[in-house]
Amino acid sequence: MLGKKTPLYDSHAVAGAKIVDFGGWDMPLHYGSQLEEHHAVRQRAGSFDVSHMTVVDVSGAGAASFLRTLLANDVARLKDEGKALYSCMLNHDGGVIDDLITYYLGPDRYRVIVNAATRDKDMAWINEQAKAFDVGVSEREELAMIAVQGPEARERAAGVLDDVWRDKALALKPFYGLEAGDLFVARTGYTGEDGWEIILPADQAADFWARCADAGIRPCGLGARDTLRLEAGMNLYGSDMDETISPLEAGLGWTIAWEPEDRQFIGRGPLNEMRANKERRQFAGLVLEGKGVLRDHMRVVVEGRDDGEITSGGFSPTLQRSIAMARLPAGDYERAQVDVRGRLLDVRVVKMPFVRNGKAQIEIQKREER
Amino acid sequence: MSELPGDLTYTNEHEWLRQEEDGTVTIGITDHAQSALGDLVYVELPEVGQDVDGGGEMAVVESVKAASDVYAPISGEVVAVNEALSDDPEKINADPYGDGWIVRMRPSGDDGETMSPDEYQTFLDELED
Repeated sequence: MLGKKTPLYDSHAVAGAKIVDFGGWDMPLHYGSQLEEHHAVRQRAGSFDVSHMTVVDVSGAGAASFLRTLLANDVARLKDEGKALYSCMLNHDGGVIDDLITYYLGPDRYRVIVNAATRDKDMAWINEQAKAFDVGVSEREELAMIAVQGPEARERAAGVLDDVWRDKALALKPFYGLEAGDLFVARTGYTGEDGWEIILPADQAADFWARCADAGIRPCGLGARDTLRLEAGMNLYGSDMDETISPLEAGLGWTIAWEPEDRQFIGRGPLNEMRANKERRQFAGLVLEGKGVLRDHMRVVVEGRDDGEITSGGFSPTLQRSIAMARLPAGDYERAQVDVRGRLLDVRVVKMPFVRNGKAQIEIQKREER
Repeated sequence: MSELPGDLTYTNEHEWLRQEEDGTVTIGITDHAQSALGDLVYVELPEVGQDVDGGGEMAVVESVKAASDVYAPISGEVVAVNEALSDDPEKINADPYGDGWIVRMRPSGDDGETMSPDEYQTFLDELED
């Protein structure tokens, strides 16, 4: 394979990971069993190599006004140092270029984490928009990133941190980060479980990863990361939204800061129009009560309305049935059908998330034994 | 890679066949196939009594990643299906040549092309290259 390799690539190879291409990177899909890795995160602790994601530091007197133009969410909401904000970065049509997290590091300093597969277009867009502002944009390619997730993740990973930072890291509230020497530790994630995302120098990554494993944190691949985020109702860029889809049709309306009304972020005009359209598509969860598996791009049939489409579908290891995210016609209904390989199967339309902190968030009927 | 059982024959669709003493043939997917698919979460089985044509769709195995058709390596009548897979599809991952068998058929002719274990091993080795 000719893909890019993270600083942990050799660790994955030695552990026998099945390696797949993800956005041009050679990444671990699983280390033997995706299902066991999934359960490890829901029940105990798992670690993920997310070094393929891009860390971008934005600093300078114009940093805040730049990000308030670039992002649909408003960094002015970040009053406390370390606080994180999830946002979409939109094009001029209101379509999503990427979804990202911004941390407020201190006066005039922000750290933005963008997706791996969108890195090149993101950097081109960010640098282009930055020209009009007094701001420095620096991509931190020398940094690696490890996520530890699960109910026991913080407690187990705390022992891997230097003594001086341990208590402060454990005291972090959800959605806050902390500059801890060479490291950046944030209580964020993409699994619906408690945990940290840790940004660290590439040359420290393999040692940190190994010590996490010694502390009982199970290495997990991108496969489990995908089923965990699906259960958690968290969007995946490229599947659930892209440049032709607005956040309003991807369940991300809550990430748009409409106030103050005079903040002219990129994409605002088209979004205002879409917001007024009551017939715009909605984004919801689907649960298949019977047997079978919902997959990406399957057609959703809603009686008396246009068809919808599954944007992310799969098997939920926690709920032991298939679930999906779907873009659906407007309206208030609880039942639909999905065209599963030529057969129409009944599904329930539900509000996401499906699972949070190890527990089902939707009602599950006990399946009758056949 | 584990050793291939010597008492089976194999297809280039990564299925195995075992000739039973009563004239029926037991069919499943190989260790290579289950490993490539990843953890299985759902198996759709044919009806007992159903006639299937060689090369036709016989079952569907769905993993965490994707759905894959299992094609009948021979023509014949389905005389048994492994019902246990309905609740425990991961039996195929755990024991592809044993508890993970999929169907048993009574062949209606001998129209299937199969490989010996050595031939299948060579076939696999060539895929790896």
